[in-house]
Amino acid sequence: MASPLKCDLCPNPATVHLTQIVNNKVHKVDLCEACAQSKGVTDPSGFSLADLLLKASLNPEAPTAGVRCEQCGFTQNDFKKHGRFGCPQCYATFSTLVEPMLDNMHKGTAHAGKIPERALERKSLHERIAELETNLDKAVKSELYEDAARFRDEINQLKQAFEHPKSAL
Amino acid sequence: MTIASLLATPSELTDTASSKSAVVLMTRIRLARNLAGKPFPGWAREAQRAEVLAACQEALLASAPMKRGAHAAVSALTELEKQMLVERHLISRELSGSPAGSGVVINKDQTVSVMINEEDHLRIQVLRSGFQLKKAWNFINALDTELEARLDYAFSPRLGYLTACPTNLGTGMRASAMMHLPALVIAGQMEKIVRAVNQLGMVVRGLFGEGSDASGSIFQISNQTTLGESEEAIIKRLGSVLESIIEHELNARAKLVESDATKLFDKIGRAYGILQNCHQLTSTEAMNLLSLLRLGIDLGVFPEDGRAIIDRLFIESQPGHIQRSAQHDLESNQRDILRAERLRLEFAQFAKPNFTINGQN
Repeated sequence: MASPLKCDLCPNPATVHLTQIVNNKVHKVDLCEACAQSKGVTDPSGFSLADLLLKASLNPEAPTAGVRCEQCGFTQNDFKKHGRFGCPQCYATFSTLVEPMLDNMHKGTAHAGKIPERALERKSLHERIAELETNLDKAVKSELYEDAARFRDEINQLKQAFEHPKSAL
Repeated sequence: MTIASLLATPSELTDTASSKSAVVLMTRIRLARNLAGKPFPGWAREAQRAEVLAACQEALLASAPMKRGAHAAVSALTELEKQMLVERHLISRELSGSPAGSGVVINKDQTVSVMINEEDHLRIQVLRSGFQLKKAWNFINALDTELEARLDYAFSPRLGYLTACPTNLGTGMRASAMMHLPALVIAGQMEKIVRAVNQLGMVVRGLFGEGSDASGSIFQISNQTTLGESEEAIIKRLGSVLESIIEHELNARAKLVESDATKLFDKIGRAYGILQNCHQLTSTEAMNLLSLLRLGIDLGVFPEDGRAIIDRLFIESQPGHIQRSAQHDLESNQRDILRAERLRLEFAQFAKPNFTINGQN
């Protein structure tokens, strides 16, 4: 007889084998009885394999095992514990961990919906102003006053545009 | 406006003018949004949560739909207020149990509620009675766009709106309908429906979301996935799944009437009798009896205008709402007595059943 399958979530032998088809994708999971109970597998209406697979797909040898999110200090282990990330930046920090999950979890792996255009516009405006301010500093230091005046005018223009945005509403 | 005075007025769902839909009781859309550069609520320190709460509250109260709404920190609400808000589907159980620095903003007619620092910084929700997915989407889309002018959302061009849990990435949208499916339950077809709906990428839950039971034969059907499709595409897909469930439910009703009208009318008639004469009633039993009366209305046994009353009682029979009408704290068996008393009163005025009009042909 083949050696029994191990539970996807703990070292016990798996006795519950589940297949769920979501969006025409087959999801399989093997669990021991205790894990099946605690994850609510027995309740078919409130149960989603996606959530479970998300945790099961984490393995300790992953390249992100020792990584810590620079912004919030989150680690892969924290994700395993909470099933949630620490901050928006975590998606960049742990991209190698997230990407393979998405295919299982969602209809596609790339966003196809709404884009917060006003927020993005504001962000690029901020970035442009910051860039111009650096240029201005440099120009002043190198005594290129004509350039500096040009940068300063452009900054003022952009700031005005920011304070009096096109009233889109 | 305070939460307390808001709870004293009927909600969108208890609004007597609105219940025209036979199968879909309510449509709901929620958007998960987070602020760029801030840790998600579950990972943030208390001071960071407080900062996000203040920023979000300010932006919300400046937006047109929320201007004269009620807002409160969760820690400032009583247990009873929280429970009533959950029963009205205005906040989640998670929010009501969340640590310091969480809050809620609700508009005056209780069609929009925004939870702050639940699982995500913002959970924006729009409720509409009946089957109104498109209207709900247009409304929430406009509110979201207005908020975006004041708040820097965490967004990635490739992954969309960034959320604490990767299962909400992309649109961050969950659209759902609360459906009354008594005939499918009686006919024992719900399991089949749940399986079919799951295969289409939709989820079926009980009345109060994950893990709750389906008392009153009320189910929530919503999209499971959020990434890889536009909001409109998700809504369209959900809409067609809902249409097909409605069709199945109506077929199941026709079949029940055709095959054994006596048995069905017996159930409805008994439910009516119990509601008029009971002296002790649990909320689950109340839900199930009310559900049968609603089915009776749909079949023409009772007049149409009763539907709004039933939909209101679905909510007012919940434990929190019963507790509120009492002067002091009640044990659950005292609540059952009070619930029975309230329903007896309501149904003393209710129209008499007429079992001859419909279904006998």
